Amino acid sequence: MSFAYGERTILERINLKIPRGRLVAIMGGSGSGKTTLLRLISGQVAPQQGEIIVDGRHVEHMSERELFEHRRRMGMLFQFGALFTDLSVFDNVAFPIREHARLPDAMVRDLVLMKLAAVGLRGTQDMMPSELSGGMARRIALARAIALDPQLMLYDEPFTGLDPISLGAIAHLIKKLNDALGTTSVMVTHDVERSLNIVDYVYFVAGGTLIAEGTPDEVRASASPWVRQFVRGEADGPVHLAYPATTTLSADLGLGDAHA
Amino acid sequence: MLDALLAPFARLGHWVIEAVRRLGFISRFLFAILMNSAQSLTRFHLVIREIYFAGVLSLIIIVVSGLFVGMVLGLQGYTTLVRFGSADALGALVALSLLRELGPVLAALLFASRSGSAMTAEIGLMKATEQLDAMNVMAVNPIARVVAPRFWAGVLSMPVLAALFNVMGILGGYYVGVILIGLDGGSYWSQMQANVDLHVDVVNGMIKSLFFGAAVTLIAVFEGFDATPTAAGVSAATTRTVVTSALVILALDFVLTAFMF
Repeated sequence: MSFAYGERTILERINLKIPRGRLVAIMGGSGSGKTTLLRLISGQVAPQQGEIIVDGRHVEHMSERELFEHRRRMGMLFQFGALFTDLSVFDNVAFPIREHARLPDAMVRDLVLMKLAAVGLRGTQDMMPSELSGGMARRIALARAIALDPQLMLYDEPFTGLDPISLGAIAHLIKKLNDALGTTSVMVTHDVERSLNIVDYVYFVAGGTLIAEGTPDEVRASASPWVRQFVRGEADGPVHLAYPATTTLSADLGLGDAHA
Repeated sequence: MLDALLAPFARLGHWVIEAVRRLGFISRFLFAILMNSAQSLTRFHLVIREIYFAGVLSLIIIVVSGLFVGMVLGLQGYTTLVRFGSADALGALVALSLLRELGPVLAALLFASRSGSAMTAEIGLMKATEQLDAMNVMAVNPIARVVAPRFWAGVLSMPVLAALFNVMGILGGYYVGVILIGLDGGSYWSQMQANVDLHVDVVNGMIKSLFFGAAVTLIAVFEGFDATPTAAGVSAATTRTVVTSALVILALDFVLTAFMF
């Protein structure tokens, strides 16, 4: 499957499988096209070539109605939560329930409180998103994402910008939800250490292509220089820190001829 | 050399093509809003909520501005009319100016800068913080859930706000003309009653404000939805809403006036 925004190719000939009920991580540096993969799975963008099959159904050929049907069985945790800032915590978590199920208020309330309890934040229901810390907001967003018991969960950088304790809490929750609900989970991240501890399988994406894959143990033992650089967080290796500029620094600074 | 000479034409061409593209875009957006309006009607509390934010919270600025515009009309109208010895016609002058032109146009301009800009900023920020994406992923169409209720709230609020503006203006004119200057109150009202026609003046004015409400809100929600999702993008979109709304209101006013009167 390939995908490009206009002329800019983001993903090229990627082929990956995510087995039902597993927790799979897609890792790669910033700008490697990881988030685009999630947008493709959720049908927010369509590939130029190839196919995306979720539960035996082609996402790329879906009509708007089918897409909404597809998304109803799917939950997504956004990078910064994306809570609705004009709604309270309760209304945020109740949002998907109210939109998709006609349930009596008492039942909506019970469901919301159960979801909030699942993320350990029962008691915050009357707060507004602006009153929450980053970690709490992320957990509320998680409660909202699982409100309708999705079969497929997508996590977009769930660990970014969190303190170590919130980070541990989120990682634990993701693992717990995957095991308890039997949900298939896809997590896009560049937090290697945290992810290797909880996931079942890892795909590495760089420059728009799949360059390595394996179970966490295989990845840790990997001989691939790229994977080793990524796992150990070394600045130098097959991946260069500097963006490939077409001119030299000295030429940009107007010193080129003097030195040459 | 030739390139430099042709550059202005190229820019003009680019500008025209861009304008036509946006016009097409906004028309399709209006169509999408209309197609996704069913939910606004079945869950009318969504619209009522937006009427509160767009309409009710605009009341202060509308009421105060209306009052002052009426008072100015009273003063200016009196100094002019008294030269021709027809100061008694002040009531008719104030009412006709407000009902036909000033009420709908000024209320719409105020509405655009108070509520239109707020709508653009809100929707733009919802886009920038991925709230619209989140809604989409939750299988909720943001046009049906966010845009359409705001659009209908604007369309419904505008005529009411314009009517209130008119009422306050007429009272302002009464205050200056009758209470301050000392004209006869009876002739203020009776001249108004004799010269204002329900259909030609009142209803046409309301129709105007209905059009203005639709235009301003459409521009506001479109600019918000189309905003570049950054701080600078949202601020540029908010500015565009106010500027475009003002120009569209005035142009539309000319066209509607030409058809109506």
